[in-house]
Amino acid sequence: MHRFANPARFLKIARPATAWLLLFGLALTAIALFGGLALTPPDYLQGETVRIMYVHVPAAWLGMAGWAGIAAAAVAQLVWRHPLAAVAGRALAPAGATFAAICLMTGSIWGRPTWGTWWEWDGRLTSMLILFFLYLGYIALAEAEKERGGEGRLAALFGLVGAINLPIIHYSVLWWRTLHQGQSLSLEGSSIEFSILWPLLVSALGFTCLFGAAVLMRMRAELAQAKVEARMRRAAAE
Amino acid sequence: MSQWSFVTAAYAVALIATACLLLWAWSSMRKAEAAADELKRRR
Repeated sequence: MHRFANPARFLKIARPATAWLLLFGLALTAIALFGGLALTPPDYLQGETVRIMYVHVPAAWLGMAGWAGIAAAAVAQLVWRHPLAAVAGRALAPAGATFAAICLMTGSIWGRPTWGTWWEWDGRLTSMLILFFLYLGYIALAEAEKERGGEGRLAALFGLVGAINLPIIHYSVLWWRTLHQGQSLSLEGSSIEFSILWPLLVSALGFTCLFGAAVLMRMRAELAQAKVEARMRRAAAE
Repeated sequence: MSQWSFVTAAYAVALIATACLLLWAWSSMRKAEAAADELKRRR
C-alpha cells in the first residue's frame, strides 16, 4: 500500500485502470441484467419480483463495502499518515452513499409486492438507513474540513466510529428476526439455485467495477484540484 | 400493479442513479484535469 503513497505513481496506474474498470463494469452489468431479466426463471414464491435481487443485493454490498473502505482509509491516514488516504475516503463516500440509496429504494420497491409495505422499521432496513445518513454526515464533515485546510482527521475518526454500524447491518437479520429475510449467500455456500444465482454474481462484479471506476475518477479529480490550488497559492506568493 | 412494474421501477432507479454517479465523477475529473493541464501549459 505504501508503494502507492506517491500520487504520481498512483496516477500512472489509476489512469488506465479507470477506463478498464468502466468498460468491464458496463459489459458485466449489461450481461448480468439481461440474464436477470430474460434468462433466469421466476421464483416459485416471489414470482418475477425476485429479479430485483440483481440490483438490490450488489447495491447493499457496495453500500457496506464503501464504508469499510472509508474505515480502512481512516486507519491508513491516522496510523501511517498515508497522503492519499484522505483523498480515498472523500472519493469513496459519494459512491457508497449512492449505492446505499439504491439499496434502500430498490428494497422499498421490492418490499411492496413481497411484504405489502414500502417501509418497516426492521433491524436491517433501519441500520441501512443509518448507514446512508452516516455517509451524508461524513461527506459534510470531510468537505468542511477540506475548506478549512484541515488534514481530514475528524472525518477519519468519524469514518472509524461509523464502522460500528457494519456488523450491526450484517448481523441484524440474526439479532432481530422481523421482516427482512436471512442470509442466503455466504463464503461457505448458497441456498440459491445456480440458475438464479449466476446473474447475481456477475452483477455484483459489474457494479463493483463501476464503483471502482467512480472512486478512481473522484480521486483523480481531487488530486488535480489539489495541484491547481497549490499552483495558485505559489503564484500568489511570488 | 403487475410484478413487472416493480421490477422495471427498481432497475430504472438503480441504472439512473449509477449513471448519474458515473457522469458526475467523470465530468468533475475532466474539469479538474483540464484546469491542471491548462495551468501547466501557461507556466
